[in-house]
Amino acid sequence: MKRLAFASLFVFTASTAFAQVHVAEPWVRATVPQQRSTGAFLKITSQEDARLVAAQSPVAKVVEVHEMKMEGDVMKMRAVPALDLPAGKTVELKPGGYHVMLIDLHAQVKEGEVVPLTLVVEGKDGKREQIEVQAPVHPLAAPANGNQHGHGHGH
Amino acid sequence: MFATNRASCWRQLFAAACAALLLGACTNEPMFTATDITGATFGQDFRLFDPDGRTRSLADFRGKAVLVFFGFTQCPDVCPTALIRAAEVKRLLGADAGRLQVVFVTLDPERDTPAVLREYTAAFGADVLGLYTTVENTARVAEEFRIFYRKVPTGDSYTMDHTATSYVYDPAGRLRLAVLHAQGAEALAADLKTLLQSFSR
Repeated sequence: MKRLAFASLFVFTASTAFAQVHVAEPWVRATVPQQRSTGAFLKITSQEDARLVAAQSPVAKVVEVHEMKMEGDVMKMRAVPALDLPAGKTVELKPGGYHVMLIDLHAQVKEGEVVPLTLVVEGKDGKREQIEVQAPVHPLAAPANGNQHGHGHGH
Repeated sequence: MFATNRASCWRQLFAAACAALLLGACTNEPMFTATDITGATFGQDFRLFDPDGRTRSLADFRGKAVLVFFGFTQCPDVCPTALIRAAEVKRLLGADAGRLQVVFVTLDPERDTPAVLREYTAAFGADVLGLYTTVENTARVAEEFRIFYRKVPTGDSYTMDHTATSYVYDPAGRLRLAVLHAQGAEALAADLKTLLQSFSR
């Protein structure tokens, strides 16, 4: 048991030590019962040019990276195949721009819960890295910056 | 003599400045930040159901300004943002908050059941009213209100493109303003104050 704990600690340390990607202030918008989808928002910074190519979460059947765009005053949301993460630049996924769309939720997502997210980032060399994020759930009526409950961190 | 001349000079300047200000007030400044669509012939009324199954129309809200937004609850971005703005506007209206009715009309009645609508709108304020109708009538109402919407498949589900414009009706039930999604809460609250001023409490 002790050994296992030590081993997992090592794995965790190792993955963060080599991680070139930092995620800050993740949050998920709460849902009401029977609401089958919602959005996750966060800030992501990669030390080297990379792309966010996929996301996963145990709370939803389908997870996609979406872009929200206004064309005139028509709102359009589309899945994007990949989101560019230029070296050293913080890319914000926030209302009015990009979000991680959680589709076909298995259950209501309630304020105060924490939603695990896995972000898959691909470097220029084609190597993929998984970043585990714990995103607190903010109220459905949380404003765009989502900053009601301080900061969350994921590495 | 010199002193009198100088005084009259100041008086003339002051008068000229006042005239310029008045002229500016009359010609330059529009009354509203939102688009004034007073006299529009579309979107005159609706007959929709509230979550209790009662038929509601604009006449039910006579005496109040009505802010109408069309959307769907599975929308993670624009719809909560529009309803958060509506809640903020109510807060900014202060003593006049009770003179504004916020209405959310779903474009996705297949998923937005009365129970979902009730819970969803309540998250933005106890008096926000969610309205729905059948799939067929939703298309008719949207057309009548010049609201574009379309299902877009994503994964094995769908999302929706839709017009994010809100409409404002005055307390007499006339369509007055088209509010863009980008207009902030402060500017919208100011528009509503202007609108409500011309109607007695």
